[in-house]
This record gives sequence, C-alpha cells and structure tokens, in this order.
Amino acid sequence: MSIPFAHMLFLATLLFVMGAVCAMTRRNLIMILIGVEIMLNASGIAFVAGSMRWQEFQGQVMTLFVMTAAAAEIAVALALIVCVQRRTGSINANRYNLLKG
Amino acid sequence: MTFFDIIFYITASVVVSSTALAITRKNAVHAVCFIVISFMGTAILFYLLGAPLLAALEVIIYAGGIMVLFVFVIMMTKMEKPPVVKSSLSSQWIPAVILGSTCIIMAGILVFSDSGKWLSPPAVTGTPKDFGIVLFQDYWLAVEIASFLLLMAMIGALYLGRRKAYDPPEEKIQEKNVI
Repeated sequence: MSIPFAHMLFLATLLFVMGAVCAMTRRNLIMILIGVEIMLNASGIAFVAGSMRWQEFQGQVMTLFVMTAAAAEIAVALALIVCVQRRTGSINANRYNLLKG
Repeated sequence: MTFFDIIFYITASVVVSSTALAITRKNAVHAVCFIVISFMGTAILFYLLGAPLLAALEVIIYAGGIMVLFVFVIMMTKMEKPPVVKSSLSSQWIPAVILGSTCIIMAGILVFSDSGKWLSPPAVTGTPKDFGIVLFQDYWLAVEIASFLLLMAMIGALYLGRRKAYDPPEEKIQEKNVI
C-alpha cells in the first residue's frame, strides 16, 4: 500500500487555491503577500511530488529556484510595503488611490 | 497503510488546516504563526517525498527567514483598523469563491477519476550529495542567474528602505523642539 500521485496533486491544488483566495479577498498588503507565499509553496509541493513520481531531480531543482524567487520577491515586496507605508501611512490596498486621473 | 502513508496523511491534514486558519485570521501576527506551522508540515512532506535537502531549506528559508522578515515588517508598520465599509465583500468574495471552487472541483474530478501511479514514500531517496551534483553540473547557469536575482533583490530592498534625502532627520527636529 502506498499513496497515489493524485492525492499529492490534490493537496497542492487545495493549498494553491487557499493562497489564491487569500490574495484575492484580503485587503491587508501583508496578508496578500502571505497568500502569494502559500501559492509558491503549493507549487513546490507539486514539483517535489512530480520529482518523486518520475524519479528525477528536475522537480527538486525547480523547487529550489522557486524558493530563491520567493525569497527575492518577499525582500523587495516588504521593502516596498515599508516605503509605501511611510509615504501614505497605511498598508490597506484600498487606500492606494493616488493615481486616480 | 504503511507507517509513512499514515504520516503523510496526518501531515497533509495539519498543513491544510493550519493554512486555512492562517488565511482567515484578522491579526497578521497570528496568521504568520499558523503559516510557520504550515511550512513546518510542508518540510515534513518534502522529507517524505524524498527531498531531505529541500526539507531543511524549507525550514531555514521559509519558516526561519521569510516569516521572521514578515514579523519585523508587521512590527515596523502601523496596523490600522480595517475600514468599516464592507462594499468590497461581494465584489471580491464572489469571484474568489467561484474561481476557487471551480479549480478544486476540476482538480478533484481529474484527480480521482484516475489516481495515477502509486508512490511509496521512502525515508530518503535523493541525498543532498546527489542533489548538489545534479544542481551544479546540469543547472550551473540557473544557479548563477538565481544568485544575480538575489543580489538585485538585496540592492533593491536597500534602495527602497533607505531614508529619503528630503526627509528631515529626526535629530534636527528634536533639536528644534528643544530650542
């Protein structure tokens, strides 16, 4: 007895949808970023499961690069949040309406 | 059901439930705490799926680095009360629920109609040594590009986080107040 590959993919899908719903519905910038992190993590689970399914290292290598991109993205995004909070005094995404023409 | 299968399903349920708790919290610090639990569970999943190096990196980078960064930024920014206006409820929740449920239903239909190959989770398949050999022999260019990406991210974060030139330094304001 063992685990079907489909169950791992379903777990990854479930986590990805949770992250997407969080990024879509929340108005707090930090919660939006947490949603993006959950989505990247879910993609990592899918890659590692595929790596085990085909007994190749490509999936694991891809997950490593996804982690790198996530770290870079979070560093820049959090710096942007601090910068924009200094300027507008808010981290609510609804408040950023300076560009209304 | 072998031992590793039971561990897999328990860990998967812990990951899903802690993620669900995290995305529904009002307080961002609570959300970060639940996300750390979720990432720890993901690290266990990576180990079960034969990637011990990625499991360690998940704990170190995600749970250790990124989440601490989140906590720092939450402490640096001023949290405000969410606006009482609930006009965004329908315009954002309805598409989110429709898209999310469609995605999950489609995945469920596709996944459970044909469950594919059955995998037996071993304790370890890809040792860090094999992983490193593959990474630095076949993907050395991608490693270099990733290092440049990290360098650019560091420079960008430093540039964005610096104090603006036109901001009056706090010391001068204090001096003025004293005088």
